[in-house]
Amino acid sequence: MSGHVSPKTVSYTIFASLMVLTGITVAVAFINLGPLNFPVALSIAIVKATLVILFFMHVKYSSRLTKLVVATGFFFLLILFTLTMTDYLSRGWLTYPVGAGAPPAATQAH
Amino acid sequence: MSDSASAEASAGRHHAALQHQFDTMEQQQESATLGMWVFLVTEVMFFGGLFMAYLLYRVWYPAAWADGSRELDILLGGVNTVVLIGSSLTMALAVRAAQTGFPRATVNWLLATMALGGVFLVIKVFEYAHKVELNHVPGPNFVFEGPHARQVEIFLSLYFAMTGLHALHMVIGFGLLSVIAWMAYKRKFSPEWYAPVEMSGLYWHFVDIVWIFLFPLLYLVDRAH
Repeated sequence: MSGHVSPKTVSYTIFASLMVLTGITVAVAFINLGPLNFPVALSIAIVKATLVILFFMHVKYSSRLTKLVVATGFFFLLILFTLTMTDYLSRGWLTYPVGAGAPPAATQAH
Repeated sequence: MSDSASAEASAGRHHAALQHQFDTMEQQQESATLGMWVFLVTEVMFFGGLFMAYLLYRVWYPAAWADGSRELDILLGGVNTVVLIGSSLTMALAVRAAQTGFPRATVNWLLATMALGGVFLVIKVFEYAHKVELNHVPGPNFVFEGPHARQVEIFLSLYFAMTGLHALHMVIGFGLLSVIAWMAYKRKFSPEWYAPVEMSGLYWHFVDIVWIFLFPLLYLVDRAH
């Protein structure tokens, strides 16, 4: 059948890599990187997820159509995050002309 | 008689598991994989809404996020990460055993996957019980010492919503694997047809991926500062 059979060594190598990355993410959490702690933790998680998707879930060996569907899913997730954050984070940037009344409550909440 | 036999042979292997709408087993397998991924994409968006809420509140209340995160046990969360990634390994080996035609090994690897999934859930129950004991469950009985109590309550609400939804997926996966293990035990699968094993595997790995994000986002916030 068409399904890709991964050699056992690939599975063990991916497992070992995931374990090492888990160790790194815990260790890095205790090192003060300032504002970089969050992006670093997120990047390691993305690398781990990518390894699982490509090798454990066989997407590396799947058809181009399957690859496209997988990529589309994460692309839309990115749209969800990006558009929502550009909205919320830019709300405080608005300036209100004198006499226009108080800004809406949402901009004062925090 | 011999004519019909050769006609059947020239039509290719006609496996009992080949549904009439597909031409070949390859096409059937491809459709199953694609369909499963379409489902998993809806799951990505399903969890994505919670991750979105997490991200926004984290940007708004960084101090409360740090306070809330310190209430979580890194050791238990870390052990569960290792357990769950280990279960992904045993799941991958179960799929491989089914592909290569080793039903006994398939059953054993599936049972190992379920056992690890069970360990994860038991640890989760202990974590939840501890939170109940400390009155750290959001709601009327919520108690938290500190300047950001209300905002820590939001963090813990998201903690319970996200890990709870994840745990629900684990329970569903556990049920799914028990059916698949039974089918493997009954020798239902062969190197020609093992789609249910592979599709359950995709689901199980997806649940693992969700935890790969939950662990650093919930347990490892701002530990260094």
